Amino acid sequence: MDSAIRIIDVKKTFDGNDFVLKGMNLDIPKGALTAIIGFSGTGKSVMLKHILGLFKPTSGKIEVLGTDIATLPPDELTKFRCHFGVLFQSAALFDDMTVLENVCFPLLEHRREIPYKKVIEIAEEKLRLVGLDKKHFQKLPNQISGGMQKRTGLARALALDPEILIYDEPTTGLDPILTEMVDNLILETHKHIKGTTSIMVSHDLYAAFRIADYVAMLDAGRVLLFGKPEDFYKSEIELVKRFVAKGMKHQ
Amino acid sequence: MQKINKINSMVGAVRNFINEIGMMMLFFSSSVRLLFVKPSRFSEIVKHMEFIGNKSVGIITLTSLFTGLALSFQVYLGFKIVNAVNMVGPTVALGITRELGPVLTGLIVAARAGGAMAARLGTMRVNEQIDALDVMGVNTKQYLIAPRIAAAIVCMPMLTAVFDFVAMIGSYFLVVHLVELDEAIFLQKIRETLEMRHIIEGLIKSAVFGLIFGLICTYRGFFTTGGAKGVGEATNRGVVMSMVMIIVLDYFLSNMIRMYFILQGNG
Repeated sequence: MDSAIRIIDVKKTFDGNDFVLKGMNLDIPKGALTAIIGFSGTGKSVMLKHILGLFKPTSGKIEVLGTDIATLPPDELTKFRCHFGVLFQSAALFDDMTVLENVCFPLLEHRREIPYKKVIEIAEEKLRLVGLDKKHFQKLPNQISGGMQKRTGLARALALDPEILIYDEPTTGLDPILTEMVDNLILETHKHIKGTTSIMVSHDLYAAFRIADYVAMLDAGRVLLFGKPEDFYKSEIELVKRFVAKGMKHQ
Repeated sequence: MQKINKINSMVGAVRNFINEIGMMMLFFSSSVRLLFVKPSRFSEIVKHMEFIGNKSVGIITLTSLFTGLALSFQVYLGFKIVNAVNMVGPTVALGITRELGPVLTGLIVAARAGGAMAARLGTMRVNEQIDALDVMGVNTKQYLIAPRIAAAIVCMPMLTAVFDFVAMIGSYFLVVHLVELDEAIFLQKIRETLEMRHIIEGLIKSAVFGLIFGLICTYRGFFTTGGAKGVGEATNRGVVMSMVMIIVLDYFLSNMIRMYFILQGNG
């Protein structure tokens, strides 16, 4: 099993005393959908920011597609981030741009050689892929629903055909119907784009088990358990049992 | 013990201030360097110039007209006592071009455009839009900061020129039409006293004020934390600090520029 991302004994402290990541080790398989789960404050977001190169580890190494991301100079790191597509919790759409312009933006930034007409075609194709109707293309983000914003965010994340697709808490704060819609969207997108490594950071245990190929559970800055969803049901680790029981009960 | 605590907190405040100035300088140098690095952000500069410059013309015209009127009236009342009403025109012209023009333009544009810049960037920060740009491989300082600062530097002298011109129209209207002094004397005295260097002095100052509020407001907005409250605080601190810095720097700039002209043998 090839790894898209290797996190090797990563430690992180912001103040020199308290460690948020305490020697984290994790291999995220290439081409699979991996869910990162865990209680609040276990280091999920910090880990994600390390993968994206927004934070540098205090010690340890993070290899993304074979590159030690922490050692890249700022300009190269900026370019390297084109390998990523990220769907943010809030979708993070640019509110002064239309839906279509939001999706065109990464293409106009990084594929300057492509003619503008072709950029529009690619953006429209990505928007159709995530199931957004053409009548919404010229609307501003505040003129469409939360679900449509997520779809637009995903289309934008897909614009550059990234090798790694990251979903940062994609369903937090959404109602159950919208949650299911977003989960299905993630699953369909992952199936549709072969070879893309997808990483979903979530509190939603039910969704993680339903759609992910692999699940990593974090606790206190370490990986408590990594495996297939069924491994979690069989686990004898007390915290895993409690988390699974609570997650399923909540669902 | 209380005295020591007071001293400690004062030392801490000074250290924080120096630290912040240092951070701002680093922020400025790293941002402005990017203006000369590809990809070109010329269209962004033009977009921000439209917002800072074009959209400020109305408010600058209105305030400058009334500044010209009010200042001329006060100067007229004062000079009337000493029988020197012929000097109203040049006094107002010098005051406007060298001091009031750049300072008031700086204060008005800092409040209007600077506040909007800080609020916009702060909102982008708390809504994860800046993070989105970061992970999209876009250099956020090059895309968001450098064009705004450049636009502020370019627009401020233009707006100051508008301020100066309209304020002098106000002054002319009051002096010639309301208090009915001689038009020829008014214009002649201004021609005799006002030199190009006085206008340039004001324009140089205004460019520096553009840099100051552009830098402070973008810095505050870019590093906003803490949701909507944080955006409000960033905007408030950005605008207040810009205004204070404009007024403080005005004094030092005036002296520096005057010193320069003296050294050039043109004092």
